[in-house]
Amino acid sequence: MSVLVFAENWEGKFKKSTFEAVSYAHAIAKQLSTGTVALAIGPVNEEDLKNLGKYGADKVISVRQEQLNNFDAQGFSSVIIQAAQKEAATVVVISYTYTGKNISGRVAAGMKAGLVAGTTALPSAISPFTVRKKCFSGKALTDVVVSSETKVLALTPNSFSVVSMEGSAIVESFDPKFKEGAFRTRVKEVKKNSDKVVLTEAELVVSAGRGMKGPENWGMIEDLANQLGAGLACSKPVADMDWRPHHEHVGQTGITIGPNLYVAIGISGAIQHLAGVSSSKVIVVINSDPEAPFFKAADYGVVGDAFEVVPRLIAAVKNFKAGHS
Amino acid sequence: MKFLVCISNVPDTTAKITFTEGKTLNSAGIQFIINPYDEIALTRALELKEAAGGGTVTVVHVGPSSVEPTIRKALAIGADDAVRINADPADAFFVASQIAEFARKNNFDLILTGRESIDYNSAQVAGMLGELLGLPSVCVVTKLDINGTEALLEREIDGGKEMLNCSLPFVLSAQKGMAEPRIPNMRGIMSARTKPLQVIEPVAVIPLTQSLKYDLPPAKQSCKMVAPDKMDELVGLLHSEAKVI
Repeated sequence: MSVLVFAENWEGKFKKSTFEAVSYAHAIAKQLSTGTVALAIGPVNEEDLKNLGKYGADKVISVRQEQLNNFDAQGFSSVIIQAAQKEAATVVVISYTYTGKNISGRVAAGMKAGLVAGTTALPSAISPFTVRKKCFSGKALTDVVVSSETKVLALTPNSFSVVSMEGSAIVESFDPKFKEGAFRTRVKEVKKNSDKVVLTEAELVVSAGRGMKGPENWGMIEDLANQLGAGLACSKPVADMDWRPHHEHVGQTGITIGPNLYVAIGISGAIQHLAGVSSSKVIVVINSDPEAPFFKAADYGVVGDAFEVVPRLIAAVKNFKAGHS
Repeated sequence: MKFLVCISNVPDTTAKITFTEGKTLNSAGIQFIINPYDEIALTRALELKEAAGGGTVTVVHVGPSSVEPTIRKALAIGADDAVRINADPADAFFVASQIAEFARKNNFDLILTGRESIDYNSAQVAGMLGELLGLPSVCVVTKLDINGTEALLEREIDGGKEMLNCSLPFVLSAQKGMAEPRIPNMRGIMSARTKPLQVIEPVAVIPLTQSLKYDLPPAKQSCKMVAPDKMDELVGLLHSEAKVI
């Protein structure tokens, strides 16, 4: 028995969401009184693999095969299933990133394992195995009971704190076998967004809406985000009018985020928008309309004209940084 | 070219979600619609069929007969025929297993789903279908073109986009950008009434998960107001009280 966690890497490097997933897997392994095994696919250096022990991995299985250098959902899922079988895993943890969305359903179906996609907390009970997840695009939460022997849990990034401990994991290499034709997708090109901070990983997010009156006024929003080191987001109307790119749209039909701080400027707070940001830990709303529904979902509110308030907020952040550096 | 589009029936995005005793969704006053991402998938399948000058677009849904208005809407938008698998959609594995059983007998060239349903948000049926059918799967796809037996795709990845190829047949999940949904015209609405809607009985599959109860997210305490000329105070609160900066 063990808990297996897929330790995702980007061009050979782990990110915070990987450490969250390993920490989460370790906490579940403790609940089950078993060990934590991490699986890494691709060229991650030995030191980084061993370091997963600091987040709770007892052992790391490293898979390096040339044909796995590009992501293929079928190929990666097959590796995870084979590793889970080899390690007799009863729980498989996957981070619910874009990669996670591509593979967790495959892994679950391949193992006839019940899947909870988008968990935000540890299992509340082991028998029956019960895990909480968001549903209705953040408008509700549900407790899901998994009845299969093996379980797959896809963890929402930014919802579980990274745990640090002493330790170094044992690293083992593993050579999975594939059926012919396991790799039918071929990557042609990767285009990276120019954003400095990737929105889905951002701990702080600055978001603006129609109240900004036009795309030419986004300079101050970008400036504020830069000062805070925050990701940039926008409301749906703004993306629909092409003021901002679609990958910045947060809300029910856009990206769902759960940063530590969400600053909403000139966004009224339609129910669809709130759904996408409701798991933010702290929400600041800046709006000229004191009746804007967003204030009901906010922790801090400022009623005022964004064109006056935002420059003052930028200055205040600069002051704060000067006093704390 | 034979397309299969999987559609689910979800509360409209503006719906306020509440539950009776934390067990069942209060559907009174809620309008149910085709899941928005499924509608994008359907539209792109229709565009590709039209561009090729032939082929069929079939929609499939797992659900009770009360969902038929949503299925008729898909026919009004332009699907050629529809199949309803007569069962409650117990969980993603149950739904995927039912659709896989139907797809196995019908040799589709491309199976499309939405990126995720906006009710359970699991984003899993596409991957499960791929695994159950032994086909490749590509999720959160923003562009799709087909050239002979080869598809050219663009999908979202963390912090960017990836361009890739995949040979047919395979399964994909559609994200915004792939197509603009169509509003059905009068002719489509009229013809939808007579298009074939086949009802088939489910195969025996035991669901692996069950939603035990539902809660609404905890309401925020009251909002602390800060005067618009006191931004230093706001930053101070975010640092010392909220501890987020």
